[in-house]
Amino acid sequence: MSTPNGTPTKITQGSKTKGGIGESTLRPDGTLKVTGEFAYSSDMWHEDMLWGQILRSTVAHAEIVSIDTSEALALPGVYAVMTYDDLPTEVKNYGLEIQDTPVLAHGKVRHHGEPVAIVAADHPETARRAAAKIKVEYRELPVITDEASATAPDAILVHENRDDHHIGHVPHPNIVHRQPILRGDARQAAERADFVVKGEYTFGMQDQAFLGPESGLAVPDEDGGVHLYIATQWLHSDLRQIAPVLGLPERKVRMTLSGVGGAFGGREDLSMQIHACLLALRTGKPVKIVYNRFESFFGHVHRHPAKLYYEHGATREGKLTHVKCRIVLDGGAYASASPAVVGNASSLSIGPYVVDDVDIEAIALYTNNPPCGAMRGFGAVQACFAYEAQMDKLADAVGMDRVEFRQLNAMEQGTIMPTGQPVDSPAPVAELLRRVKAMPLPPEQQWLAAGEQADVRQLPGGLSNTTHGEGVVRGIGYAVGIKNVGFSEGFDDYSTAKVRMEVVGGEPVATVHTAMAEVGQGGVTVHAQIARTELGVTQVTIHPADTQVGSAGSTSASRQTYVTGGAVKNSCELVREKVLELGRRKFGSYHPAWATAELLLEGGKVVTDGGEVLADLADVLEGESVEVEAEWRHRPTEAFDLRTGQGFGHVQYSFAAHRAVVEVDTELGLVKVIELACAQDVGKALNPLSVIGQIQGGTTQGLGIAVMEEIIVDPKTAKVRNPSFTDYLIPTILDTPTIPVDVLELADDHAPYGLRGIGEAPTLSSTPAVLAAIRNATGLELNRTPVRPEHLTGTA
Amino acid sequence: MDFLRPASWEEALAAKAEHPTAVPIAGGTDVMVEINFDHRRPEYLLDLNRIADLTEWEVGEDTVRLGASVPYTRIMESLRGELPGLALASHTVASPQIRNRGGVGGNLGTASPAGDAHPALLAAGAEVEVESVRGSRLIPIDAFYTGVKRNALAADELIRAVHIKKADGPQQYSKVGTRNAMVIAVCAFGLALHPETRTVRTGIGSAAPTPVRAKAAEEFLNAALDEGGFWDNGKIITPSVAKQFADLCAASCNPIDDVRGTASYRRHAVGIMARRTLTWAWESYRGTAAATEGAA
Repeated sequence: MSTPNGTPTKITQGSKTKGGIGESTLRPDGTLKVTGEFAYSSDMWHEDMLWGQILRSTVAHAEIVSIDTSEALALPGVYAVMTYDDLPTEVKNYGLEIQDTPVLAHGKVRHHGEPVAIVAADHPETARRAAAKIKVEYRELPVITDEASATAPDAILVHENRDDHHIGHVPHPNIVHRQPILRGDARQAAERADFVVKGEYTFGMQDQAFLGPESGLAVPDEDGGVHLYIATQWLHSDLRQIAPVLGLPERKVRMTLSGVGGAFGGREDLSMQIHACLLALRTGKPVKIVYNRFESFFGHVHRHPAKLYYEHGATREGKLTHVKCRIVLDGGAYASASPAVVGNASSLSIGPYVVDDVDIEAIALYTNNPPCGAMRGFGAVQACFAYEAQMDKLADAVGMDRVEFRQLNAMEQGTIMPTGQPVDSPAPVAELLRRVKAMPLPPEQQWLAAGEQADVRQLPGGLSNTTHGEGVVRGIGYAVGIKNVGFSEGFDDYSTAKVRMEVVGGEPVATVHTAMAEVGQGGVTVHAQIARTELGVTQVTIHPADTQVGSAGSTSASRQTYVTGGAVKNSCELVREKVLELGRRKFGSYHPAWATAELLLEGGKVVTDGGEVLADLADVLEGESVEVEAEWRHRPTEAFDLRTGQGFGHVQYSFAAHRAVVEVDTELGLVKVIELACAQDVGKALNPLSVIGQIQGGTTQGLGIAVMEEIIVDPKTAKVRNPSFTDYLIPTILDTPTIPVDVLELADDHAPYGLRGIGEAPTLSSTPAVLAAIRNATGLELNRTPVRPEHLTGTA
Repeated sequence: MDFLRPASWEEALAAKAEHPTAVPIAGGTDVMVEINFDHRRPEYLLDLNRIADLTEWEVGEDTVRLGASVPYTRIMESLRGELPGLALASHTVASPQIRNRGGVGGNLGTASPAGDAHPALLAAGAEVEVESVRGSRLIPIDAFYTGVKRNALAADELIRAVHIKKADGPQQYSKVGTRNAMVIAVCAFGLALHPETRTVRTGIGSAAPTPVRAKAAEEFLNAALDEGGFWDNGKIITPSVAKQFADLCAASCNPIDDVRGTASYRRHAVGIMARRTLTWAWESYRGTAAATEGAA
């Protein structure tokens, strides 16, 4: 079949400057997105296409007694209705690590909104009505919603007959994975502590709230295969999960990335991919599925809510003696990324500090709550919220300034992690804190700046006009965090890049083809910059991402610039060698430097390291094209020991610090964050403008979980109570403060160009900084996030 | 679903008489959300957008006759002087796009306890002009809200306009939401001083099954102001009077716990807003005010 409308096309980016790394070249998709012209996956259209709809469970935990699809099938315009019984092969589950998620429910549903049946019809409204006509009879089961109900002796097992690789080491089958980390002797070290502080913390369930809901278009191919146009974070991971369910070899499932409207981890798991392909193959017609916002809240995993129990000790001089902690993550009904989130939460649980004696445990539960998995910060966010609250408490107990206390205990290059792994690149934790503290503070009482009348926009409540200054108290808080970069724990975390050089219209052009999912992070800009720097060209064409090239790995874990950027750099270097070989063959006899000098590609020419021009690239490449596809890997990691948590588990770390300034209406419990200053070490800013954008975006997402964002699940029914943007609030521009950013560039010698993954670190420290500022303003303990007005007014 | 598009008010009334289940639609900021989410599938939609009269207003001697479809943006821009409480309330409605479409008629038709206009209408004093083929009548705002999302309209009636008393004294409006813009009220409070009648009126949103006035609080305050000669001597309202007024406002709430907030918080917040808005309005009345209206 033909290509649908709205399919991404090649983007050729020129540059008036050199346009290489370190420049703030503009995004090729920026203007299109801002003006509404960018084609997102939900905009795709194909002649003769059908619309798919998913019927989801209305209860959280139940046996399915019966499903009657007859009325739905009888509706005119309906082409197919499929349930579990219609799945074509023996492979009926999928999952990132553990294949525990049914494509369609079989015998049982385990969470509110689980897919039960799918429909294809010639109109989206027809499909929706048909789905509503499917009769499902449920026999409800008690719901498992927390650690107590999950691990009770008589607890119903969310998954019977587990045979995954974690079942052997978990204390209960309703625990997905458990990772202890034991180093030194925390019990003995506690005896040295002059001050000990304990705390219990609760972290709410955050949604990625990407603005482009899940969507895609599956087009049947003539060879019996299918072509899926999809908004995802990792094409090849999707492919590996989709093909077996369809009973097709991977080569018959072609995938092309379509316009992605944000991801933040929420597209790491499959959503409608298999459903669209099943319906397309069943009907022989293209099938498009687009979730609306309501369905999107059920259609992807969320950030794990968590309970965190901490004990910190310090000497009179303010040196940390020990940390004991226990982190309980609610993974919901299916495993998703829970095991890896456990690994991160445990290994990063004490933060960027030096502590030799630790006793750490992290677990993820199976419950009947919505499934949780990847989200920006991935386990490190929850821990940072708790350990930073603890650091404030302990500083107060010792009687030290909170920033100085952190600086005194800050890790640096050479510090040994709780996992035994040395930190072998710069770790400027104390310096980042110094930098945010040194920034000028916003003026007091800014709402009076305009004149006699209070400018309510500068006050908590804004135009809702709740205060003209009454009850308003300023607070300031600090926090710093540590995030790993890349996939950890021995994962083969590689990427692939295909780079070609040729002459087009008399000018040398490089084409970069990877399967990297551009989800808004700016990879398409960075790849062009790398190609310009390495190949000395101006024009770079970015090929649409698809599965016709090897895997790029996931756009997550702050890894794409490092890993796929690294792969592009590597392939460019290999292309350069071939171009030089070609040059030597064609022109080597004209100049001895071809044989003797170090040669570079610059400004469209082959030059010596002394700057002498040997040939135009256009002449070297005339009538030829040079192409290389190669995989590239960062240095390997290893698994954490299952008993002690020791191991070289992480590739790289990323650090950011925040200072939050808030105004709190202490009587009404309303908060306005006035400023969130951030300092972050990025190793090398390949595109400074994008770096700042990432830091500001991550900071804002952290603000969201501090003061408003939470999926509220009814503890009695495990049903989601606020699946809409009416009641799941995300920050608007009026909630977003000034975010001054101080970027530090200390090279990591292990990484391409010395860069550091940057996307997640600002999301970590933003939340605890805001919480610390609110505590500072109110004097309240505030052990949960998000903070709601009732928590600040004693009316919860 | 049939889409009825009357060209005139008379045609609209005839259509509503013929199809009493028809749902009137103007800005569509409530109705379309309900339809898009399939919460509601009316047999007939009665589109009022061709009736120009509904987007007009007249400023009379004592009242403003505000067409049912006058968008909030127009109220903010053009009626700030006459209807300061409603103008402040209009600022808190959703986003600029929604304020360009939505109007008070829709708020009244939906009659949600969370509608932003209600507390301002209750405090200012208003009458809702409704009409059917049988004739026209004015429903006092105090008698308009009859239950959760229910109002005093008969099945064949449409809202044509709202007659709102022109401000004869300072008015205030406060709304609590859990973000600084684009948020549904957790609770809201409107207050208007009426020096001509020497009365204070209030309106409370999202803290009872319907928008309500805090009548006991009003009576207490009216008596206290009268007794102390405050309307004439322009003295500061004593903290104890303000506190008792606030407590009585909080006591007149009958809120629920929901995802937006707890009942206990709503009662608390209404009390705080009552005290603050009274202080602002009274300071303004005394003419010594430094800060009265929110500078928007």
